[in-house]
Amino acid sequence: MDSALASEPPPYLPDTVRTSVKILIVGHFAVGKTTYIGTLSEIRPLRTEERMTQAGAAVDDLAGIKDKTTTTVAMDFGRLTLTDDIVLYLFGTPGQERFSRLWDDLARGALGALILVDTARLDRSFAAMDVVEKQGLPYAVAVNHFDGSPSFPEDEVREALDLAPGTPLVTCDARDRRSSTEALISLVDHLLTLDTEQP
Amino acid sequence: MTPRRNERALVRPHVVTGGRARPSRNVFDVVTLVLATGDLPRTGLTPEKVQIVELCLGGALSVAEISGHLGLPVGITRVLLSDLVDSGHLTTRAGAPAAPAPKVRLLQEVLDGLRARL
Repeated sequence: MDSALASEPPPYLPDTVRTSVKILIVGHFAVGKTTYIGTLSEIRPLRTEERMTQAGAAVDDLAGIKDKTTTTVAMDFGRLTLTDDIVLYLFGTPGQERFSRLWDDLARGALGALILVDTARLDRSFAAMDVVEKQGLPYAVAVNHFDGSPSFPEDEVREALDLAPGTPLVTCDARDRRSSTEALISLVDHLLTLDTEQP
Repeated sequence: MTPRRNERALVRPHVVTGGRARPSRNVFDVVTLVLATGDLPRTGLTPEKVQIVELCLGGALSVAEISGHLGLPVGITRVLLSDLVDSGHLTTRAGAPAAPAPKVRLLQEVLDGLRARL
């Protein structure tokens, strides 16, 4: 039998890697999550799917499944081996709260979230911010600068998004490795500050 | 009327897991690292399980990567992985929830690792 794996062996992790962590890349449709992940990932980004019923209904068996609304949610993700010991996974996550079980699963154990926003459609980011806050995930906001997107002063963007004073707000170009890496650095720096400040 | 397109796709993965939607153990985060032990014969395993074991013989991969490479939904993948750990075909390395460790040190190492990529 032909195996799906025959063509290309997957890129395995180095034997020394023992610790895996995840950061969620959150934002509305077409804000650039997939591009961002593709720019930073050391592997060709993969897509994984989860089937779920809406409105949080639990399906533990198949009884009556035809009566339930089931949606397939696709998540793109990428991988960065950061040190001999640590691998970081980035998960592109749809900013919709109705996929609550998906969110519970992804948010559990996540270091934090980077919320990508587009200044031409700032209002579309509210849902993403709501769900990240509801999950209690610490986050930073990165404006993905599109050609032709209006450029607003930082305080106006902060005000429009109602950001807390300590929440980092940075600008990046999801196609550019350096600025995308810097956005992640701002997030992790913020996480470290939060953790150090805790009594 | 057009038949509902995803009906077939809805059923099949559950057939793969023998009708179960929940794994026998709850240790599989999407970033849990899994690898094959390589000690056990694969006879008697379903084709999907054989694929997973073969995939994991080469080295460690995350649950999400296994799901993505095999085109199986994450939930289904978790059920199959759980079975394969129970049967001794696979083993795990610590994933995020199992490693509360010193968080500040972990974050500092992540930060240093990211900075080194600039």
